[in-house]
Amino acid sequence: MALQGNLRDFTIIQLLNLVHLARKTGLLVIETPEETAQLGFLDGRLTFARLGQEDDGLCTVLYRRHKLTTSQYRQMQSRQTTMGDMELGLILINSDILTMEEIINAVQEMYVEVVRRLFTLIEGFFKFDAEAGLPEYRIPVSIELENLIIEGSRQIQEKEFLQEEIPSLDMALKFSDRQGMDIQKVNLSVEEWKVVSYVNPQNTIKQIAKATKMRDMEIRRIVYSLIQAGLVELIRPTGALPGTVKPMPVQDHDEQRSLVNRLIDRIRSI
Amino acid sequence: MSAQTVKIVVTGPFNSGKTEFIRSVSEIDVVSTERKITAEAEKVKSTTTVALDFGRITVDDDLMLYLFGTPGQKRFDFMWEILSEGMLGFIVMVDSNRPETFREARSILETFRAYAPTPYVVAANKQDMPDAWDLEDMRVALRLEPKIKLLPCTATNRDTVKAVLLELLYSILEEMEPQHD
Ligand SMILES: Nc1nc2c(ncn2[C@@H]2O[C@H](COP(=O)(O)OP(=O)(O)O)[C@@H](O)[C@H]2O)c(=O)[nH]1
Ligand SMILES: [Mg+2]
Repeated sequence: MALQGNLRDFTIIQLLNLVHLARKTGLLVIETPEETAQLGFLDGRLTFARLGQEDDGLCTVLYRRHKLTTSQYRQMQSRQTTMGDMELGLILINSDILTMEEIINAVQEMYVEVVRRLFTLIEGFFKFDAEAGLPEYRIPVSIELENLIIEGSRQIQEKEFLQEEIPSLDMALKFSDRQGMDIQKVNLSVEEWKVVSYVNPQNTIKQIAKATKMRDMEIRRIVYSLIQAGLVELIRPTGALPGTVKPMPVQDHDEQRSLVNRLIDRIRSI
Repeated sequence: MSAQTVKIVVTGPFNSGKTEFIRSVSEIDVVSTERKITAEAEKVKSTTTVALDFGRITVDDDLMLYLFGTPGQKRFDFMWEILSEGMLGFIVMVDSNRPETFREARSILETFRAYAPTPYVVAANKQDMPDAWDLEDMRVALRLEPKIKLLPCTATNRDTVKAVLLELLYSILEEMEPQHD
């Protein structure tokens, strides 16, 4: 079934969050009137990114990042038309021009750069295709999405958006117990670390904001980024509850159970 | 003695299928009202209109179940007094075809959750439509923990509506069991 929509309603950050938490594999295509971007994912990590028809052959990428001299570039470029990136990469490694690490870093930086440019898009059609394969001749890289998500969230400016995303500051936070979520491997700012240090089911977001002397917008943005990166989750605070609800007209436990069972029987019979 | 009454609240964004959901199981025609709610503090200036649906299921001579449909967010404080008394749990309806409403759905869900320590389930409605999102994707987009039930629903189909109500009632029963950690 379809995983598609418009970035106006479902942002790049939310898409990355979805891919990250659901550990998705496939190709995300984003179309705007100006250009088309493609992001490839394997098990929730970024493995490929391309913007428009830009020349993103390995030699060009390395040259732009000053990893190849002009003459090396010219020499290799003539082969680029017939060889895949993997083959070119091996030649560079075997001729001691570059190490594997340098090549991989350059490719990763280029992919991250593409994602950064997508953060600025506010509109565009997106479609995620779980069936689509990735070009095989590419250098295989695998980039964790947490840092990208946090980086993208830092740029959010709209107050209204954050208010809708984090409607109540009376909620508390807890660390996610999802597998593979490790706060240590994420690059957090000082302010973000401050918030992280107060994460505890007993502290409401409001209390954390007070303790860290943060404004509404600031705390919402940080909480939002931590949630989107899958590091923390919102929970009802274990302390006092803001609302009072008297759900049952009867107090006795057995009577309550019998009441619910009568409801169940009745609904089944409809 | 008059019959006891309990409530189940059906909330969610505009057009998600709340009215349809209640209509599918209510024994009376669903009463949809546009209520004018005036904030005490600002009585002069503003009245806000809130659409409320109201349905009923008679359980037996002593027990009545009311289904309330409410958009859930605007003027929440005022709605809350009406809704919270006798509320067993709530259902959040989400239109599976319209990711543009997921944000609002989540916001409603989190507002309700912050107020109400009662069980709730989420209904992924309009699953009959070709562009409906998968449940697994919706779960992440709506930030639902694994233990929260996300149920496929087609509000026009009474069987799926019944299934959603039953799952909520099962959750309510489970909540009553003595807690084991
Ligand atoms: N195809 C389909 N349409 C539905 C479903 N549920 C509701 N609708 C339609 O969606 C529209 C909005 O439903 P409504 O109950 O009025 O939404 P409300 O604003 O939440 O009360 C109406 O035209 C319904 O007939 C469903 O499960 N499948
Ligand atoms: Mg309605």
